[in-house]
Amino acid sequence: MIDKMSRHTKKRYQAERRFKIYGLLAIMFALGFLGLMLSTIALRAIPAFTQTYIQLTVEFSAKILDVDNKRDVKQIARADFQKIIREALYAEFPAANKRQDKKHLKKLVSSEAGYHLSRDLLAAETTDLNFIGTSAAIWVKSSDDVDSFIKDFISREVDEINRRLNDQQIGWIDSLIADGKLETRFNWDFFKFADSRSPEDAGIRGAVMGSLFTLAITLMLSFPLGVFAAIYLEEYAKPGRITDFIGVNINNLAAIPSIVFGLLGLALFLNIFGMSRSSPLVGGLVLSLMTLPTVIITTRAALKSVPPSIREAALGIGASKMQTILHHVLPLAMPGALTGAIIGMARALGETAPLLMIGMVAFIADIPTNINDPATVLPVQIYIWADSPERAFESKMSAAILVLLFFLIVMNGLAVLLRRKYERRW
Amino acid sequence: MPYTTTISIFVSLCLLVTAYFWGVKRAIATKRSQTALSTQVKFHSLPGFHGAYVAIWCAIPSLVLFVAWQTLRPNFLPQWLAQDMAGLVLLISAGILGLFFAQKRIASRFKARHKVETAFSLVMLLSSLVAVFTTFGVVVSLVFETMRFFSKVSVSEFLFGLHWSPQIALRADQVASSGSFGAVSIFAGTLLITAIAMLIAVPIGLFSAIYMSEYATPKFRTWAKPLLEILAGIPTVVYGFFAALTIAPFMRNWGFELGLEISSESAMAAGLVMGVMIIPFVSSLSDDVINAVPQTLRDGSAALGATKSETIRLVLLPAALPGIVSSVLLATSRAIGETMIVVMAAGLAANLTANPFQAVTTVTVQILTLLVGDQEFDSPKTLAAFALGFVLFLLTLGLNILALKIVNKYREKYD
Repeated sequence: MIDKMSRHTKKRYQAERRFKIYGLLAIMFALGFLGLMLSTIALRAIPAFTQTYIQLTVEFSAKILDVDNKRDVKQIARADFQKIIREALYAEFPAANKRQDKKHLKKLVSSEAGYHLSRDLLAAETTDLNFIGTSAAIWVKSSDDVDSFIKDFISREVDEINRRLNDQQIGWIDSLIADGKLETRFNWDFFKFADSRSPEDAGIRGAVMGSLFTLAITLMLSFPLGVFAAIYLEEYAKPGRITDFIGVNINNLAAIPSIVFGLLGLALFLNIFGMSRSSPLVGGLVLSLMTLPTVIITTRAALKSVPPSIREAALGIGASKMQTILHHVLPLAMPGALTGAIIGMARALGETAPLLMIGMVAFIADIPTNINDPATVLPVQIYIWADSPERAFESKMSAAILVLLFFLIVMNGLAVLLRRKYERRW
Repeated sequence: MPYTTTISIFVSLCLLVTAYFWGVKRAIATKRSQTALSTQVKFHSLPGFHGAYVAIWCAIPSLVLFVAWQTLRPNFLPQWLAQDMAGLVLLISAGILGLFFAQKRIASRFKARHKVETAFSLVMLLSSLVAVFTTFGVVVSLVFETMRFFSKVSVSEFLFGLHWSPQIALRADQVASSGSFGAVSIFAGTLLITAIAMLIAVPIGLFSAIYMSEYATPKFRTWAKPLLEILAGIPTVVYGFFAALTIAPFMRNWGFELGLEISSESAMAAGLVMGVMIIPFVSSLSDDVINAVPQTLRDGSAALGATKSETIRLVLLPAALPGIVSSVLLATSRAIGETMIVVMAAGLAANLTANPFQAVTTVTVQILTLLVGDQEFDSPKTLAAFALGFVLFLLTLGLNILALKIVNKYREKYD
C-alpha cells in the first residue's frame, strides 16, 4: 500500500518536473527563435557594408570628353565618362581585343561608375578642367558580380554556364588582385545613396529620409490630437454613454488590422481628396490615424495616475479648469504621454502594409526633399529589395533591417529611459 | 506648391503670435487707463486670456476659409481665385479681419477667460471625435466600395464561389475576360495559416505565461519578459524576410531530403513565423490574468496536497480561462490581419488545399496584390479588394468584441 502510494507520488513529482520543463522550453523556443532570426540577419548583412573597388589608369582624353574643344563644364558633364573607364579597362588588359572579350571585360566595373566619376570631377561650378588630356590612377566601383565573387558568393567550383562570371573574367579579377589593383572598402555609399537598379549603387538614404518625413507628419498630427482627446475623455467628459462610446471606439480602432487603414487612405486621401500618391504626407496621415489610439490610451492612463489632490489644490487656490489642466495635470502626465507617443512612433516606423497601398512602393531613385515628393520608407525599401533577383540585394536588405532595428532600439530605449526617469508613485 | 505651403504656414503662425501679443497689449493698456480713472473697476480676465481670445478669433476664420477654399478649389472656383497666391491672400485677410473684430471687444467686463476655456474644451472634444470619425470613415469607405462591388458580382458568388481569378482582360475577346470572384479558397488559405500560427502560439505562449508567473524567479522574469516582448516589437517585414529567405528554403531542402514536395512558398513557413510573432500577444495577456488569480486559491490547493503543476492545471487555468480565451481570440485577430509575413512567404495564387506545405493565399495578400500598382476605381478587381477588406474588418472586429464579452461575462469576481 505504502509502496503503491510512494510510486504514485513519484509519478506526480515527475509530472511536476516535466510541466516545469515544458514552460522553460516554451520560453527558450521563443527566445531562441529571436536570437536565431537576429543573428542570421546580422550575419547576412555584413557583406553589404563593404564594396569592391578596382584601380584603373584613366586617360581623360579630350577626344571623348570635349569633342568640340570648348572646355564648357556643362558640355563635359554630359560626356561619356563610362567610355573613358571602358578604354582604361581595355588598356589594362590588351589581350582582350575581340568583341566578345570586350563585352565581358566591361562588365567588371559598375555601369554607374562613369556617372559618379563625372560627378566627382565636376562637382563645383568653377571646376578646374585641366584634368582633360592628362591621365590618372583612380579607383572605380566594381560591378556587383565582381563584388559577389570577392565576397565568395560566386564559387569557382560551379560550372561556367551556371556562373555569373566566366573563367576569363575570373582570370582578369585574379590578375587585378595580384597587381594590388583591387580592394575592398567600407561602403559609405550605402548610407549616402537612394535606391538604384544596380545593387552596388543602392543605398538607404532615400528610405531613411522618407521615413523621417512620414514620422514627422505622424508625430505632428497624432501627438497633439491624441493628448487633446485624452484630456477631453479624462478631464472634461462626464461618464456616460457618449464617453463610453468614444472609449470603445478608440479600443476598436487599435484592433483594426493596419491594412484596413491603407484601404481608408486609398479611398479617402487619394481618391476623394486627390492628394499625391507615394508622398510622405499621405503616409503620415494614414499612420497618424493608426497611432492615434496608442497615444490616446497611454495618455489617458498617465492622466489617470495624476492624483486628484493636485487638481483640487489647483482649483482651491482659484485656478480655472483649463489652468489646472495646462499648468498642473498635463505637465505631470507628460512623461507618460511622451512614452506613449514614442512607442506609437516606433510602431509606425516598422509599418509596411498600409504604405504599400498608398503607393509608397514605387521605385524612387531620388532622395525626397519635402513631404510632397514621392518617397519610400525603410520597411517598404526592405520589401522592394526582397523582390529583386540579384543576390547582392539580399545583404542590402539585411543591412537595411539592421538600420531599422537600430532606430527601433533607440526609440524604445528612449521610452524606457523616460519612464524610469519620470515615473512617480504618489 | 510646397513653397507656398511653407510660406502660408509661416505667415499664419506670425499672424497668430501677433494677434496674441496685440490682445495682451491692448488688455494691459485698457486696464491701465481704466484703473487710472477709478480703483473700483476690476478686470475680469488676465491679459493672457484676452491675447488668446484674439488669437483664436484670428485663427478660426482663416482656418475655415482656407479649408473651404481648398475643397472648392479643384472644381468650383474661377482660375484667378484658384491660384496659390489667392489662397494666401484670403488666409491673411480673414485672419486680420478676425483680429480687428476681437480686439475691439477687449474691455474690463469682457469675460475672455470663459470664451477661451469654452474654445479649449471644444478643441479637446473635436480631437476625441477624430477617433470616432476615423472608424466612421473606415466603415463608410469599406461599405460604399463593397456595395459597388456587389452590384457587379453577386454576394453568393463571392462568399461561396470556389474559383478566384480577379484578372479582368483588357479586350472582350481575351481568355478569362470576366474574372471570377469566388473567395472561398482565400478564406480557406487565411484559415489554414491562422490555424498553423495559433497551433504554435497558443501552447508556447501559454506555457511561457505559466512559467513566467508561477515558476520563474523574479530575476529571470525581469530579463526574460522584456526579451519576449521584443518579438512583438519587431516589424513584420523583418519576419517576412526571415520566413521567405531562411525558413522557407530550409523547409524545402529538408522536405526534399525526406522526399516531400514542399513548395518554396508554403503555408507552413508563413504560419510558423507568424506563430512566433504572436507568442507575446498570448503570453503577456495570459500572464496578467494568471497573476490576477488570488494567492488564496494557490495556497488552498497546496494545502490539499496538490503539486504546483496540479494547482496550475486544476485551479489556476480554469479560474483564468476567460482571460486566456480572450487573449487567444485577440491573437487570432492579429494573425488574420497580419499582412507582410504572408505577402512575402505564403504565395499569391488562390489554391484550395488543406496541405500546409503548399502555397496558399490570404485575404490580406489579395487586398495588397489587387491594389498595389495603378488601378482604376470602377473595375471589380479593385473593388474586390474593398470587399475583402470589409470581410477582414468585420472578422477582426467581431473577434475583438467577442473577446471583450467573454472577459466581462465570465470573469470570476474575487473579493
